[in-house]
Amino acid sequence: MIYLELFYIVSTVLLLLGLRMLSSPSTARKGNIIAAVGMGLAVLISILDPIKNDHGNLLWILGAICLGSLIGLLYAKKVKMTDIPGLVSLFNGFGGACAVFIAIHEVYKFDATQSLGFMGTTYLALFVGGVAFTGSLIAYGKLAGKVRDWRNGISSYFNLFWLVGCISLILFQIYNPSLYPFLPLVILAASLIYGLSFVWPIGGADMPVVIALLNALTGIAAALAGIVYDNMVMLLGGILVGSSGIILTMIMCRAMNRSLLNVIIGGFGSAVHSIAGERRNIEKTSISDVSINMRYANNVMIIPGYGMAVAQAQKACKELDNTLSNKGIHVNYAVHPVAGRMPGHMNVLLAEADVPYSKIKDMEEANAMFSDTDICLIVGANDVVNPSALDDPGSPIFGMPILEVLKSKNIVVLKRSMSTGYSGIENPLFSNKKTKMLFGDAKESIESINKEIKTMD
Amino acid sequence: MELFNFLKDHILFINLLIITVFLGFEIIAKVPSILHTPLMSGSNAISGIVIIGAIILVRQSEPTDYVALSSGFVGIVLATINVVGGHAVTDRMLEMFKKK
Repeated sequence: MIYLELFYIVSTVLLLLGLRMLSSPSTARKGNIIAAVGMGLAVLISILDPIKNDHGNLLWILGAICLGSLIGLLYAKKVKMTDIPGLVSLFNGFGGACAVFIAIHEVYKFDATQSLGFMGTTYLALFVGGVAFTGSLIAYGKLAGKVRDWRNGISSYFNLFWLVGCISLILFQIYNPSLYPFLPLVILAASLIYGLSFVWPIGGADMPVVIALLNALTGIAAALAGIVYDNMVMLLGGILVGSSGIILTMIMCRAMNRSLLNVIIGGFGSAVHSIAGERRNIEKTSISDVSINMRYANNVMIIPGYGMAVAQAQKACKELDNTLSNKGIHVNYAVHPVAGRMPGHMNVLLAEADVPYSKIKDMEEANAMFSDTDICLIVGANDVVNPSALDDPGSPIFGMPILEVLKSKNIVVLKRSMSTGYSGIENPLFSNKKTKMLFGDAKESIESINKEIKTMD
Repeated sequence: MELFNFLKDHILFINLLIITVFLGFEIIAKVPSILHTPLMSGSNAISGIVIIGAIILVRQSEPTDYVALSSGFVGIVLATINVVGGHAVTDRMLEMFKKK
């Protein structure tokens, strides 16, 4: 029966292989399936593998797996592509919650025989899992529009204080394990609160970083739980997720030219910086004006942002693209690495609308193309095209690489209203001479433009 | 001293941990931005591996210890949602990428 454990090695290899293949476009889908097989195998072994103090309880396990699979599949089938960031956060939170459930249980099983390191690891799993759990829930709430940002001057001090408090409590507890039997529950509550207070003040524009980071935390919680249960697959799988999540977090930070600490502590959006006087010079335009200009353009660049996701305008963009392309106009899409609310968010939406890879330009490519672009159509993007990042040292986003749309000849901004971006930063692009604003629902606007252009010859 | 002993007992684990961290960095470092979302939701599904801990917890619980059984049960349900839902939604996304 010892052979069963050998199969854990197979499942580890499958996970590694799957993740490797997931990071290359041609093999990604197969990679995901291979990773899923690896997971399934690991679960199967963990059910069949002989262990100490085994009481079976198979019905409980199988019942839970069936229920969980059903809910998971249902969620995955039903979700709209625009809601993916929220769904990923929610799933991630569930993983963290699982770590919390098992860690709190192990903590109450401690007798006098555990080493400090073992107890510390278990409490760390409890803490990290708890932070990932409530942090992900808040991120989900923000993405679903149910939770508003909560910014104030003291949140970063409070967080620092609270973090130190959590660690001190854990240290106190592992040195005096049986002094206060309720203390593990206090630690649990403190961890959950830290997750809330840590994510709550972080602005929507920083969500790609936060989601990647929370993802890494769940992986780390899984790895710590793997040490608690002396289980290799849990350790390796968890660490893989942890390190890949951290890499992705760093890529996102780099795309914003900010340090991780700066994102976590905040500052983005909390700084009040406005150029109120410039607001007046906004020039509005109409559907027919935009349509005529587009009809006689050679090169059009569509720049999607979170607003496209909100308005579900990706398919309308593609239809407009078809109409223009049929008339010999070149249409491309410029995607900023942190556009939207999670890494790669816009790519998923454009893929959903059947936009081919070759038309999607990354920041460097797009910036090289703008000088030949006749019209930039900005669909709900804001901070990623804000020229303050280039020329206003007082701006909170100064130094962040942006899509330099001002190099193009004309700019049309589709926007719901004249409010600031999610991060609350004033955007001087809107009052620029080259820019015209078209207010209204992005999807409806694009559909009207499309209809109008179709009637022209 | 006790901490030192813990580290000594788990020296193999710690070595593995360090190697895996680097492995994870290497695997992901050059991923194109088009795959950021699928990669994240795929690796997110893998973090549901914590389900194994919940399964072990349930297996080691007395059949009458309903507190342990039900928290293990909830743990397995949540982690399964993470794993199954995560892989399913990743597949749905990648299917869209594949069409072209």
